[in-house]
Amino acid sequence: MDFLQPGTWSDALAAKAERPAAVPIAGGTDVMVEMNFDRHRPEALLDLTRVEGLAAWDTDDGPVRLGAGVTYSRVITELGDRLPGLAMASRTVGSPQIRNRGTVGGNLGSASPAGDAHPVLLATDAVVEVESAANGVRHISIGDFFTGVKRNALAPDELIAAVRLPAASGPQQYAKIGTRNAMVIAVAAFGLALHPAERRVGTGIGSAAPTPRRAPAAEQYAATALDEANLWDSRDPLPPSIATRFGDLVAEAAAPIDDVRGTARYRVHCLSVLARRTLLWAWAEYRRDETGKG
Amino acid sequence: MRVSCTVNGESHEADDVWPGESLLYVLRERMGLPGSKNACEQGECGSCTVYLDGVAVCACLVAAGQAQDSDVFTVEGLAEGELLHPLQQAFVETGAVQCGFCTPGLLLAAHDLLRSRPRPSDVEIREALAGNLCRCTGYGQILDAVRLAAERLADRPSTQLGG
Ligand SMILES: Cc1cc2nc3c(=O)[nH]c(=O)nc-3n(C[C@H](O)[C@H](O)[C@H](O)COP(=O)(O)OP(=O)(O)OC[C@H]3O[C@@H](n4cnc5c(N)ncnc54)[C@H](O)[C@@H]3O)c2cc1C
Ligand code: FES
Ligand code: FES
Repeated sequence: MDFLQPGTWSDALAAKAERPAAVPIAGGTDVMVEMNFDRHRPEALLDLTRVEGLAAWDTDDGPVRLGAGVTYSRVITELGDRLPGLAMASRTVGSPQIRNRGTVGGNLGSASPAGDAHPVLLATDAVVEVESAANGVRHISIGDFFTGVKRNALAPDELIAAVRLPAASGPQQYAKIGTRNAMVIAVAAFGLALHPAERRVGTGIGSAAPTPRRAPAAEQYAATALDEANLWDSRDPLPPSIATRFGDLVAEAAAPIDDVRGTARYRVHCLSVLARRTLLWAWAEYRRDETGKG
Repeated sequence: MRVSCTVNGESHEADDVWPGESLLYVLRERMGLPGSKNACEQGECGSCTVYLDGVAVCACLVAAGQAQDSDVFTVEGLAEGELLHPLQQAFVETGAVQCGFCTPGLLLAAHDLLRSRPRPSDVEIREALAGNLCRCTGYGQILDAVRLAAERLADRPSTQLGG
């Protein structure tokens, strides 16, 4: 097995083009488990931790451009204000040691339906920036990125450079059901973002379908219901009926399976509760935050 | 491949390393530093916790080649000769060590906590140790040990945390 350790992004792309079967490794928190248990012995490892600039973030052109190599710990400490939803989701990942090493790029690379970054990325309309030596940069909207269970839209010669998402313009939430508070793969998870300027609510469902996905009918319902009641302007309390209906529609968007972590029925129930609660929490914050963020 | 890195301030080299093996394996089997323990090899138990360039990580999830030229700190670096580190001393005194298998990782995780939060709340201690499993103590004495060490270190501001 070869160990490739490029120091620059162009060298990394060249290495991936030349050796499409090389497995990229960032924090290694997914890759190393596979190797330690002999589940997968790739012909080469492509270490991305030395690639200059891959672990940086910036806001130069408006949205946050989060380099693929930024760890969860750094999202929490450095981006809690700009990306509150992603920071909340990051806090639920594994343990301190896992958060110190695991990256958002690695989460996208693994594309697990239970990946904790994904629901918030969906709720905030993130765009994944991927690149290959031959074809340059592609921007893939997050809704098109997940193509199947643990599969994503990357071509064999492509690497994930970054994910772009807008700095929060309103309250965001992330909630996850698991068997304990630390170190759990979600039984069901839900990310939510209020977009007050656009009078819109973004959603993302985790662990309850073959891929992370949105709940479009719930988004449409929330946009219409909040607008018709003039709630964005009045900032009046959210009628419980709206939150409940929203929760039901989110649950309807799921397509879960029975597995060791939970039954499909339980997951659907979890989602209706998570969606209802996160909308109520986010709305309460929106009401408190008179000045608005947007 | 050859892997060279600094461990506890000393330079180390290992030859004929298979690039897919873990830093934990390199430390234990190739560098003669068996303090970091191998219990799960999947990031779940924290008994292999080390600092990699100052960041607390599971050594079982770091590929050997990723440690090239890095600065590693392990439990072996905590004591100064025969003098136990205040955290180690507190673990001994409170009965936080039974079989001891989890102890090296817990010491590092607790060390990482105390260097950023010298006076942690119980919630913060629990949160910081959430990635470390102990099958013997039931955790009560471990929390006691961290509280005791925090108190002593805070009472003696001149005492370096070390590491
Ligand atoms: C004990 C434990 C607990 C965990 N808990 C959680 C949890 O609570 N929630 C959660 O979501 N996940 C969890 N995970 C899974 C894992 O930590 C996450 O998926 C993490 O985001 C992976 O990031 P990484 O940098 O470690 O990825 P790696 O393991 O380095 O890579 C993961 C995948 O992405 C690919 N990849 C990495 N970077 C790139 C890139 N730039 N371009 C293209 N492909 C790339 C790799 O080839 C690989 O297929 C846990 C893992 C462990 C071991
Ligand atoms: S051996 Fe590394 S976490 Fe268990
Ligand atoms: S003392 Fe035995 S596992 Fe903790």
